Amino acid sequence: MKDLLKALPWIGPAVALIAAVVLFPVGLMFWNSTRDISQSGLDDGGVGLANFATVVGFQYFWPILGRTVIWVVVVVGCTLLGSLALAALLNKAFPGRRLVRMAVIVPWAASVVMTTLVVHYGLEPYFGIINSFLVDVGLIDTPEGYGWTRHPGTAFAWAMAVAVFVSLPFTTYTILAGLQTVPGETVEAARIDGASGVRTYFSVVLPQLRGAVSVAVLINIINVFNSLPILRVMTGSIPGYDADTVMTMIFKYMQNQRQIDLASALSVIAFLVVIGIVAIYVRVVRPLEEV
Amino acid sequence: MAAITESGTAPREATRPTSGDRKRVRKYTSDQVPLGSLLLRMLAGLVVLVVFLLPYLIMFFGSVKTKAEIRSVDPSYFPREWHWDNYVTMWATPETPLLQNLVSTLVISLCATLLVLAVALPASYYTARFRFPGRLVFLFLVIVTQMVQPAVLTSGLFRQFIAWGILDTWAAMILVNAAFNLSFAVWIMHSFFAGIPKEVDEAAQLDGAGTFAVLTKINLPLVWPGIVTAVVFTFVASWNEFAASLVLLTTAGNQPLSVALTKFVGQYETSWHYVFGVSIVAIVPVVILFMAIEKRLVGGLVAGSVK
Repeated sequence: MKDLLKALPWIGPAVALIAAVVLFPVGLMFWNSTRDISQSGLDDGGVGLANFATVVGFQYFWPILGRTVIWVVVVVGCTLLGSLALAALLNKAFPGRRLVRMAVIVPWAASVVMTTLVVHYGLEPYFGIINSFLVDVGLIDTPEGYGWTRHPGTAFAWAMAVAVFVSLPFTTYTILAGLQTVPGETVEAARIDGASGVRTYFSVVLPQLRGAVSVAVLINIINVFNSLPILRVMTGSIPGYDADTVMTMIFKYMQNQRQIDLASALSVIAFLVVIGIVAIYVRVVRPLEEV
Repeated sequence: MAAITESGTAPREATRPTSGDRKRVRKYTSDQVPLGSLLLRMLAGLVVLVVFLLPYLIMFFGSVKTKAEIRSVDPSYFPREWHWDNYVTMWATPETPLLQNLVSTLVISLCATLLVLAVALPASYYTARFRFPGRLVFLFLVIVTQMVQPAVLTSGLFRQFIAWGILDTWAAMILVNAAFNLSFAVWIMHSFFAGIPKEVDEAAQLDGAGTFAVLTKINLPLVWPGIVTAVVFTFVASWNEFAASLVLLTTAGNQPLSVALTKFVGQYETSWHYVFGVSIVAIVPVVILFMAIEKRLVGGLVAGSVK
């Protein structure tokens, strides 16, 4: 106990910050999800689980949930495959490698909003540069291009592409760090035994990347599930709910409809889903055990 | 993650100085790699380079076009005329008070970074150096915050900051950015502190230095790279934060650039050249900062997990 008191001046501020700005809002969110809160913010009393019933009973709830699963699985899956390839390349020696590594960092440091904005502009019909390029190379027949961002399906697909693009740097760097710890002798031994480069990669290198890959996937799942800006920019101006995920729906409840009680209920669902995914993932893949 | 619980863990691969890297490249290239596969790698590298820079090149070229050119039905890949004056005129655009947005972004990011440093530095030092009851609970708490993101908590934060009377203030976003970047900072600095042999501390204590003096005079110079990494990472993350700012800052002038720029989308005639000019101004400094900590980026995010 005396030791704890001695530690308090050192760790106390950190504990206070986490308690006040992370733990307390979690509690408040759970509380609000069971209240009836008016649009002007007045608490009109408890309603039990009625908010949850409203949120789940919303006719687009299940499509939104399904789309969220697609969003996470496709984005994390493509990011992982792309990053494995990128990391394998960047781990090899060649002139100019440092430059390429630096370029790969850029989408990580740059604002996701701004990266998405430039893609959104490029996809505009008539003057968008991506449309213009697709017309120039003959992939689109109509001279004005295609209204990618006007249709929920195509806008959502492009949003997934942007999400992969901005997730690649972190994942690639994590796998690169993992690659650097693969002992050179094991690779050489496989080569001496006559294994091809591809064979060596899949049976010797890849198994040793298990730790790096599982941590990268775990963090990516959390980030991609919680991602708002990409969809907000790409699909935000499309009416209806055909390009929404759970996260964009929370913000629609909060901002467009000013229903903080419903937003809280959906946030609670999202929060529990994330915790559930992380728990299952940690149990099945055990990313944290191999340290 | 377990590395955080063993105080003997040295900073790993990702925290190594950069100099070794270049040497290794030279060694390999002069070794047995056939020229053909070397050229193939360079070609692949070039493709990667172009793909990753392309959106930002489009942004840059767009930022110096005129409004007429960027909205022309016959789009140009390169600017026909280079209008550098866009970088002056863009700040007066009517959509949003961009100068105030820039100031907001700067103030929020700087204050959040200072707050993180003030809070995380002592915590990471103490948990790396001393054992005390509750130490593991604290480190677990830090890890848990890594799993939660502000986006999912905004509805709670919104009501909380109304009650505290700081909704729509810089203070609200300073607190949010600091709290949600705390775990990265604690992890990376913890691993650096843990990498310093305890004997160094003990020798200083024998010479009569107190705990605080040991921290400031003996440890700080040694963990400097860890501090720089934590500072840069927090600053850049706060600089780019979007979801919480979108809800918690309601007055246009208080909002950071990330939120302000989304207002251009869906306008009748979006001034894309201004959007891109502001984006370039917002992106270039943080990219440079990130490049400076390139080698250590992974270390804090995944601490000891990647071995």
